[in-house]
Amino acid sequence: MTATTDTAAGLPPPGSEADLARRRAQEERLRKTWETPKGIRYWTAVNNTEVGVWYTATAFVFMLFAGLLALLMRAQLAVPDNDLISADLYNQAFTLHGTVMMFLFAVPIFEAVAIVILPQMLGARDLPFPRLSAFGFWSFVLGGVFVCGSIFFNAAPNAGWFMYPPLATDEEQSGIGADIWLLGLSFIEVASIAAAVELIIGTLKCRPPGMRINMIPLFAWYILIVAGMILFAFPPLIAGDILFEMERMFDWPFFDPERRGDPLLWQHLFWIFGHPEVYIVFLPAIALIAMIVPTFAQRPIVGYSWIVLAAVGTGFLSFGLWVHHMFATGLPTISLAFFSAASEAVAIPTGVQIFVFIATLLAGRVIFAVPMLFATGGLAIFVIGGLTGVMVALAPFDWQAHDTYFVVAHLHYVLIGGMLFPIVAGIYYFYPITSGKMLSMRLGKIGFWLMFVGFNVGFLPMHFTGLRGMPRRVFTYPGGLGFDWLNMVSTVGAFVFAAGVGVVVWDVVRPKSREPYAPRNPWNAGTLEWLTTMPGENWGVRSVPFITSRYPIWDQPNLIRDVDEGRGLLPDAEEMKRETLVTSVLDAEPIQCLRVPGNAWSPMIAAFTLGGVFIALTFKWWIPALVSGVAFFCVLMFWLWTSTSLIPEKPEKDVGGGLVLPLYRSGPASIGWWAMFITMTGDATAFASLVFGYFFYWTVHADFVIDGGGPGVLWPMIAMGLLLASWAVTLLARRWNSADRPLPARLALVTAAVLAGAGGAAGLMGPYTHGMAPTTDVYPAIVWILVIWTAIHAAVGVIMLLYCLARSLAGRMTAVYDIDMRNVALYAHFLAMTAVVTFAVVGLFPLIN
Amino acid sequence: MGSSIGKRRLARRAAAVFPAVLATGCTGPQSALDPAGREAETVAHLFWVMTIGGAVIWVAVLALAVYAGGLKRQPVSEAFAFRLIVWCGAAIPTVILAALLVYGLYLMPELRPWTREAAAEPGLKGHVTGEQFWWRVRYDLPEGAVESANEILVPVGRPVHLTLTSPDVIHSFWVPALAGKMDLIPGRTNRITFTATKPGVYRGVCAEFCGESHALMALTVRAVEPEEHARLIAAEARPAAVTAGAGLDLFIAKGCAACHTIRGTPAAGTVGPDLTHVGSRPTLAAATLPNDQAARERFLRHPDAVKPGIRMPAYDMLPPAEIETLARFLGDLT
Repeated sequence: MTATTDTAAGLPPPGSEADLARRRAQEERLRKTWETPKGIRYWTAVNNTEVGVWYTATAFVFMLFAGLLALLMRAQLAVPDNDLISADLYNQAFTLHGTVMMFLFAVPIFEAVAIVILPQMLGARDLPFPRLSAFGFWSFVLGGVFVCGSIFFNAAPNAGWFMYPPLATDEEQSGIGADIWLLGLSFIEVASIAAAVELIIGTLKCRPPGMRINMIPLFAWYILIVAGMILFAFPPLIAGDILFEMERMFDWPFFDPERRGDPLLWQHLFWIFGHPEVYIVFLPAIALIAMIVPTFAQRPIVGYSWIVLAAVGTGFLSFGLWVHHMFATGLPTISLAFFSAASEAVAIPTGVQIFVFIATLLAGRVIFAVPMLFATGGLAIFVIGGLTGVMVALAPFDWQAHDTYFVVAHLHYVLIGGMLFPIVAGIYYFYPITSGKMLSMRLGKIGFWLMFVGFNVGFLPMHFTGLRGMPRRVFTYPGGLGFDWLNMVSTVGAFVFAAGVGVVVWDVVRPKSREPYAPRNPWNAGTLEWLTTMPGENWGVRSVPFITSRYPIWDQPNLIRDVDEGRGLLPDAEEMKRETLVTSVLDAEPIQCLRVPGNAWSPMIAAFTLGGVFIALTFKWWIPALVSGVAFFCVLMFWLWTSTSLIPEKPEKDVGGGLVLPLYRSGPASIGWWAMFITMTGDATAFASLVFGYFFYWTVHADFVIDGGGPGVLWPMIAMGLLLASWAVTLLARRWNSADRPLPARLALVTAAVLAGAGGAAGLMGPYTHGMAPTTDVYPAIVWILVIWTAIHAAVGVIMLLYCLARSLAGRMTAVYDIDMRNVALYAHFLAMTAVVTFAVVGLFPLIN
Repeated sequence: MGSSIGKRRLARRAAAVFPAVLATGCTGPQSALDPAGREAETVAHLFWVMTIGGAVIWVAVLALAVYAGGLKRQPVSEAFAFRLIVWCGAAIPTVILAALLVYGLYLMPELRPWTREAAAEPGLKGHVTGEQFWWRVRYDLPEGAVESANEILVPVGRPVHLTLTSPDVIHSFWVPALAGKMDLIPGRTNRITFTATKPGVYRGVCAEFCGESHALMALTVRAVEPEEHARLIAAEARPAAVTAGAGLDLFIAKGCAACHTIRGTPAAGTVGPDLTHVGSRPTLAAATLPNDQAARERFLRHPDAVKPGIRMPAYDMLPPAEIETLARFLGDLT
């Protein structure tokens, strides 16, 4: 690899007429290639600069909606025995407030901001799967509007954002709201996981040359960690959602103690998701601070490897804390002691991260501006939340504080200090990148002080409200118990806080067409996203520089000039195709020039048809669900067929400076293979959660496995054998395809598909032939779930194998251009693993039990 | 919403149930910061220790951040800044947290034993069931079980062992002045042990969201000296004070007995609270209303207006005279 200055060799001398003409022609082609469509077709845009901004704005609209619900609740609680709103409306309001803030704001806002700035930060033109981003966005909009809109029909979920059964499984008491919660959010969770897959690959594989893994911006590190956490945290919730919806829809008794189900299984699955969720929300906000602090201290971060390790440590520990949400459920005291210890331990890496910021400020010459104001204010608030977190982590104290306003105060100190304030800091900081304009420093200061004072007036008293005995989730309280005036103060504070949010929102949306553009790199930052011109261009980066520093703009002389003059890589779009670089994971050596797909309707239509399935299921409209599902399948096939694994017109191209890169890679070198691997890791986590459910019941009930009531051994073993045979034949197909023997490869594909289909069916035969009735007891129910899960995966395998066959017949899959075959073979590994585990558990485990 | 105006007035009176406690100027009858039980005292102490320690840490961190961000004249060296991360970010917190954890773990077996066997010491034994939206209370006395509702009588200075279950949804039993909370989970039996240290009337609530009227599911715990307790429990075990008359006839005729028990009479329903001594309880409808004639009449007429989602049907079709008779009868069940 060569440095940027060397790649200039062979170009006309800088500043010459010929050089200017070359640059103008390149810019013209790039602009045309990355152009955003006009009119109605604007909504087909998939570029991160469009989708990311839509995503951010939509998440904020949902946040404001949930904030209004909070004001409604505060108004109701201002005085004792208030009757402003009914108990049922209040219950809907707090359920929706928590749900929307968590699922429609806190998680999506991080993905949205990352979609906007991550590619810029990594000197990439776009994320590797722009259509997937667009699909995720449209899913998010549809699912979010569906969930939020329910309250206007008095049909919102009303059982709390944690949806504990049996209250939330009770049809009469929770109504259709619970289905809206389960199906609406499952749909959004799928979109969140899709975004996580994309962000992981974007960080690992789409960096500028030279940016080794120990040089990536801290924001990218955090995105990598958080996206990884999403991959392991969301699937248990999806598994829980499946069990939950099966109970609601078909009366399978997973959480019904009368039929040996257990409501605590839901609590475990929910909090195995729910606790990492807190850090999934908090870490990206810390990531923003980690970009802001060095800029305003005008020096590199102190302790780069410490903060990275601390963030990784936080991520790991966050999966071992979930039981501290269940301290009062009567679990053995000894296990509470363990989870108390783990919960205290997580404060240590958090402390390291905070002191990295303080140390960086100490070692720098600090410029104080609005982003720093919000960052510092957020820190002041968050530290209180962290300290009360240490308090509630101790089980004895939690027995008092749990489910009281003390915890309401604690979690808002954590989330508003650790998430909302940093996000606002990030908005003031990054706003010029999206619009070229600066936000008002005056409005920012007013907004900050209103928010800061209002927040503390509102939430500090709640610590005492809670310890004086006020439980959470009460629509009213009697007077004279010692918390009347505390509640009034909280309500006043909440409205002051809301006024501050209003000022910030006004600053963002007020018309700015008469204001001048910001100077380039207005904060004098050191990282690549500030290469952007004001206003920015859709192409992201003019040409991709070679990176030798963590803060290249500060440390690499002439970097901006070289990039602008197209002396980096990919300075042109000769074929008028959207391209970005793919690099190796650790050392960021360029390995491919990736063609990314452009604008299309298919992501939006796919999202709406898939959403249609979920929405129709909520109302048990089976036919519309089926129709929508078939439509989704067709759109998906069209999307895959026309825009993935395209055979390029030439095998490789010169990306500038004499560097020639292939246009097509398959197997582990390709991003598609990674996407499959990461997605299937999440999928396997959901599967593992279902298996966990099986063994959870086994630990609860000594006689969980009913003698003679299982699926037998024969059918499970036949199913396992068939699916393993399908796996072996799939691998043969891959080998023959690579050996350029299309005929045997195609025959193998057909054989593998038949075997997989037969294997899935044989799996279902076990419980079917043994007359296992899933509504009678939890044992047959969980066995059915495991075999259905496996059968569905086998069916997806069949579709994939036949897709490969079609691609081969159509000449779109050859011995060299074999992404499809390689990815399906990877899927086959996971399918084989699923089959072995499922059929060993349902068929063999009863024998040794 | 005329009924809600009435509700407000009645609820104001409900607060008057605790005048003695309010007069002392404490933080309230439902406060964990005004402990009257052994566990609550320990935890309140723990709270103040942690709060003061936390406040000191917060001031120190903020002072350092403000100094670093705005007040200092010269940047410190990178080596010094790095040492700050190691010491203040990692080493000192580790020591503080370890000490706190050891203290917390040391407290735990004392408050809630490691094993269930260790909990089986002498003391008052009982069973509490959380139901939407009230508390079924049963005293397991040597001479037999005695059922009551929404009020628990406990002896000062003696441990109280309660088993906790729920037939419908998850509830949580929490009397802040006495001890921390414990959930009541369908299909599971949990246990809680506490010891009251001061005589008094303490208010408890359901702390796990349990449906529409979760906010209106409270109870009272009356802690009295052991001799007084023995007397009160003996009274609780006796059959009803009134076992004949127009009130009881109405009670039976209007179907109340299908759900409620009045011991000593043919009324033996088990769906709703036992009403044998309902007149002696300080509150009505799970500590939602004061126990007076007006409140009883109102509750009989429109239970749903007091407690949305309640399972008891409205009796507003009865003539006022009958409502009055019924309410007076219930009040006489002391």
